[in-house]
Amino acid sequence: MNASTLRLFTFAAPSRFYALTGWLIPVCWVATLAFTAAGLYMGFFVAPTDATQGEAYRIIFIHVPAAWMSMVLYLVMAFWAGVGWAFNARMASMLARAIAPTGAMFTFLALWTGAFWGKPTWGTWWVWDARLTTELILLFLYLGYIALVNAIDDMRRADQAGALLALVGSVNVPIIYFSVKWWNTLHQGASVKVGGGGSSMAATMLITMLIMALGFWAYSIATTLSRARCIILERERNSTWVRELVENRRG
Amino acid sequence: MDKVIEFLNMGGYALYVWGSFGMTALLMLAEPLLLRARHREILRRVARIARMNNEERT
Repeated sequence: MNASTLRLFTFAAPSRFYALTGWLIPVCWVATLAFTAAGLYMGFFVAPTDATQGEAYRIIFIHVPAAWMSMVLYLVMAFWAGVGWAFNARMASMLARAIAPTGAMFTFLALWTGAFWGKPTWGTWWVWDARLTTELILLFLYLGYIALVNAIDDMRRADQAGALLALVGSVNVPIIYFSVKWWNTLHQGASVKVGGGGSSMAATMLITMLIMALGFWAYSIATTLSRARCIILERERNSTWVRELVENRRG
Repeated sequence: MDKVIEFLNMGGYALYVWGSFGMTALLMLAEPLLLRARHREILRRVARIARMNNEERT
């Protein structure tokens, strides 16, 4: 085993992960505050009023980033759950567990802000439209994953069952993304198109949305790493390093 | 003052705009606070167990 893979494995040890994230999390919180403050300022004071939707369109600045995070976090969760299952890597499985609640929260926010945007623009809080329905299924997948891994007492079997659910469920993510293209939906098309064609919105609005998305990214990293630290301490509370950690804190 | 009221009114869409931003702010403040409480609780529990072990030994 060469030096670089060795280093990779030492960081994969929960004790090293705990130490490393100790200084990474505050950095993420600073980034979260900076990006969301800038995004909110631009969203409310710089971006102009929309010609057709008036001020209601400003919901886009949290709706779209929340919807992006809901899908990206699911894929990241499924990835780490899969790595944990395939290589029997404890830290990867713990990371997957740590991502799930934050992902579920952003899925809920995407649905909630969508309803509050749909009411004034479409005249309804909810329709059984392809985009909305698949996003609702995503919320159930997150909740199903959380319930499943907590229902099985044997930690390794719980992580394996959770990984299977997360990986099978990840087929839903491209369906959500392309739903507005594949079916005739009430929901508008993608705000930012991947692979040429550019964006369908004004530059100021796009930049504001991207800044908010960066803020949500930093927030997601900070919260999932914080939760991973809690999970590590709960699982390793009887180990020597956790005891030393607590003793050093008391001084 | 009129400007503040006009801003809060959001062109008549106050319920929808503040309903969205309010719920987002509420959850994004609550989650980190709950995590901090959970982290402190675990450290307290570990410290308590360590203290009990020390007392047994002496």
